[in-house]
Amino acid sequence: MSNINRRLRKERIAKILMQASGIIITGSLFFIIGTILYKGLPYLSLDMITKTPQGGFYIGKEGGILNAILGSLYLAGLSTFLATLIGIPICLYLNIYSKKGSRISRFSKLVFDVLFGIPSIVYGAIAFSIMVWLGVRASLIGGVITITLLTIPIVVRTIDELIQTIPTDLNHVTTSLGATRWESAKVLLTYIKPGLFTAILLAFGRAIGDVAGVLLTTGFSDNIPVYLDEPTATLPLAIFFQLSSPIPEVQGRAYASALILTFIILFIVICTQYLASRQKKHKV
Amino acid sequence: MKKKAKNLLPVNYRLIKDLVIKNLSGVLLGICLLVIIAIVIGLSIKSEPLISTESLWNILSSSVWSPMKGNFGFLPFIMGTVWVTLISLVIAVPLCLAASVYLVEYAGNRLRNFVLPLVNVLAAIPPVLYGVWGVLFVVPLIGNYIAPLFGISTTGYSVFSGGIVLAVMIFPIMVSIMVEVLQTIPKELRSVSLSLGATKLETIQQVVLKKARPGIMAAIVLAVSRAFGETIAVLMVCGNIPKIPQSIFDAGYPLPALIANNFGEMMSIPLYDSALMFAALLLFIIILGFNLISRGILKRMEAKNI
Repeated sequence: MSNINRRLRKERIAKILMQASGIIITGSLFFIIGTILYKGLPYLSLDMITKTPQGGFYIGKEGGILNAILGSLYLAGLSTFLATLIGIPICLYLNIYSKKGSRISRFSKLVFDVLFGIPSIVYGAIAFSIMVWLGVRASLIGGVITITLLTIPIVVRTIDELIQTIPTDLNHVTTSLGATRWESAKVLLTYIKPGLFTAILLAFGRAIGDVAGVLLTTGFSDNIPVYLDEPTATLPLAIFFQLSSPIPEVQGRAYASALILTFIILFIVICTQYLASRQKKHKV
Repeated sequence: MKKKAKNLLPVNYRLIKDLVIKNLSGVLLGICLLVIIAIVIGLSIKSEPLISTESLWNILSSSVWSPMKGNFGFLPFIMGTVWVTLISLVIAVPLCLAASVYLVEYAGNRLRNFVLPLVNVLAAIPPVLYGVWGVLFVVPLIGNYIAPLFGISTTGYSVFSGGIVLAVMIFPIMVSIMVEVLQTIPKELRSVSLSLGATKLETIQQVVLKKARPGIMAAIVLAVSRAFGETIAVLMVCGNIPKIPQSIFDAGYPLPALIANNFGEMMSIPLYDSALMFAALLLFIIILGFNLISRGILKRMEAKNI
């Protein structure tokens, strides 16, 4: 015990090391955004977000990536919409219609956990083989289906967690007033409304940022998609393709595109944090 | 009068509505559960041609990858994945553990509420942006500064770069699970240890971390399964040469990158798409296994605490 000084010194050193690792981890976020900002800002222009690629865009001539931005928004919007439409009833079924802790609900939760963990490249590969088998070419609809499959587990898991936080009294009260299960489900959904939007936004963020899933299924095109069966450009894929170009001008545009994607993601994150804080207030 | 009718008739109507919705959502659930079965069956059927031509062991242990000649050895890709994942773990585990311990044991509420949302932002950044960051920063850093220190010349596109990018990508999942696990350790345990005269660090080492060990393992396993499946960010910085990496400065070619790079392009070569589907199946099985393991550990911890 005489070496208490040594023990305390050890503690101080360990504390500094821990602080340093904390700083490295949080710092990496600012560092990543900073790097993209620094490289992308000089190339960012109004043309980038208002024009589609013109002739010779990929050798550094005029144009923008409006096609990719819109393509990504369409793709993410549609698949998030579908995933919500499918995900919410599933959550209701798991939490309201089936008994708590029943075999079916436990098994389903396990399956959604597993589906959540499957990398998007596997989804993409399977969707692509099915498309080849059916003779469908790479198109917006193919991407939408793949990304919907990818986002359903996110929606289900997030909403499921939200429903767990609802006080059981609420359910008891509505039921005792004579409501059917669907009617009390509507009450529960109103209760978690801000949280619902958080779940949807999370799914949207994941959908808009995914590359591996759309790489094989959605294709690429310089036009803004009008129909579901057209190949569609997506923002992450545009970044990926432009970055692999040897021409500095095109690479610069990749940085600018990355910056645009960063802005979109940060916007989504801010919205989710805001909604999550509202859900917290809601609870009290 | 009208209102009464609306209220009387409804019981049936409302029950029917309830029933319809119940069955509809049940069907939706059923379809989603079928997806996972469809994935397994689809992958197995597609990779069957390859497995039937050669033994599983040969495919997994051969390091010759020349699809033109019909040689499909997966060892380089498996090793590529293993290298990248190991490097990322070596970087991420100590950092995340130290940071999580600090956040739970030393930091005040304000700091914690400031840092954890930031970590969540890190989780929201799409892989392709990590890839861009890797190409812009990590690759030149390694190619121009770190590798020359060891007297090696490389472009920087190496498994080391992949490992660094991947490490940053698994920070959020590790930190959030580790923080959650550490928070479940009862306060009394700490008080007892502190009252016996242990310093805070000793308490953490001897009591908290010991108690939290299974949870920390679960966090690591889950992070590994995330790392295994990561495609695009690693693909962008890894070099993609189908050879077994000999050092951390060699280029590697992880499994997901193999699928992403070649799918849909070389369908005319016999067995090629079967081989790629086999790669997907391999990934699926490994990730499924890891997921189940970490889930099991976390479940057991929960059960013990209650």
